[in-house]
Amino acid sequence: MKSRCRDASAVKPDNFEYFAPASVEEALRLLADDSLEAKVLAGGQSLIPMMNLRLARPECLVDINGLSDLSYIRKDTDGLHLGALTRHVELLTSPAVQHMIPLVHEAAGLVAHSQVRNRGTLGGTLAHADAAAEIPTALLASDATITARSLRGDRQIAMQDFFAGYFTTALEHDELLIDVFVPVAPPHSGSSFQEFARRKGDYAIGGAAVVLTLDDLGHCESARIALLASGPSPFRATEAEQFLMGRSLDEDSIAEAARVAAAAAEPVESVHGTPAYRRAVIEEMVARGLRRAITKAGV
Amino acid sequence: MVKFSVEVNDSLHTADVDPRLLLSDFIRHELRLTGTHVGCEQGSCGACTVLVDNVPVRSCTIFAVQTSGRTVKTVESLASNGQLTRLQRSFTENHALQCGFCTPGMLMTLAPLAESGQELSEDEVREAISGNLCRCTGYQQIVAAARDALNP
Repeated sequence: MKSRCRDASAVKPDNFEYFAPASVEEALRLLADDSLEAKVLAGGQSLIPMMNLRLARPECLVDINGLSDLSYIRKDTDGLHLGALTRHVELLTSPAVQHMIPLVHEAAGLVAHSQVRNRGTLGGTLAHADAAAEIPTALLASDATITARSLRGDRQIAMQDFFAGYFTTALEHDELLIDVFVPVAPPHSGSSFQEFARRKGDYAIGGAAVVLTLDDLGHCESARIALLASGPSPFRATEAEQFLMGRSLDEDSIAEAARVAAAAAEPVESVHGTPAYRRAVIEEMVARGLRRAITKAGV
Repeated sequence: MVKFSVEVNDSLHTADVDPRLLLSDFIRHELRLTGTHVGCEQGSCGACTVLVDNVPVRSCTIFAVQTSGRTVKTVESLASNGQLTRLQRSFTENHALQCGFCTPGMLMTLAPLAESGQELSEDEVREAISGNLCRCTGYQQIVAAARDALNP
């Protein structure tokens, strides 16, 4: 029997069973085994610090770092397929990501620090579902689609349906996130990722991922605004998006859209500020994102 | 217990360890390479930075067994036969360390950049070391040392 120690001052992880499967099928069998209570270990940049502090005490870890089949960036006709094991640094150095899905490229550069980006993975950051994580927020604004695999088969999950609350996703316990499809934005689109942190690399106090598509008159044809660190999960500011549709994009409409988006946010009090302060930051980030996106759409 | 083999500073080591043993603790306690420092153990400070397959990682956020079949380089791998690298000499000349606790992590983060021969601006150097905290120097001299070493 393993001893399980509840030590509030611990900085070493508790015991766990460890598996390093050599194939996706082997990993899925482990995840499906109810007696194991398996948790997936990918980059470990969120999970292992939590385990060191004993905030997380999984009974069993399934280390998927050996599943090289899941590491890829593949062009499709209208977007990119990204494997779950793609490291954040790979998103940054990929010309395809930079040119085809620039919002994801911008978000990847804002994740923590280089050492974290060298290990952290796409699948991991999505499955961890931290509301303050840049890449999930960018993917939400990008209308990405996730593929989850289990012994029962593959399942597509739209980003809109993926987040289910505080650090919770729609993934079943026996499912492994294997692929993310990110469509290219339509013509006359511009995107921007804005966040505010007191030191670069810190968790943001507030932020927004914005994608704007303009019509021939330069008015807003459609808007996607996903908010960062604004609630239990990343979410779309749909009221603000609807407000902008068909509108000309001047300072007044930008300011109003930002205000509406921030009003929908429920940021928690933190050492960096009160909810009211954080809401003001979010409002400013949305406004900046809109202005940058308009410039990048360049009609 | 899990058996694994890892090449550390060009030497192959085989060990049988608890899977929960962090790479930082494996390096320090099993291999007695105490140049790698442990500051926060939660992936925030960068004092534990080592190279895994030539890429800087926080060794407190990776289990030792995860390095099976890989190469690890610690700060002890920099100098050879007592000869410091240009980067290390630059740290000395520019007073880039006081207590020295963050220094191994700083060196291992900068080492691949020094090897690559890239010239970096001040902003780029600051960005590169942004994941390494220093409580003594205020970073000014570390940035100066890095720029000296990276720019011919």
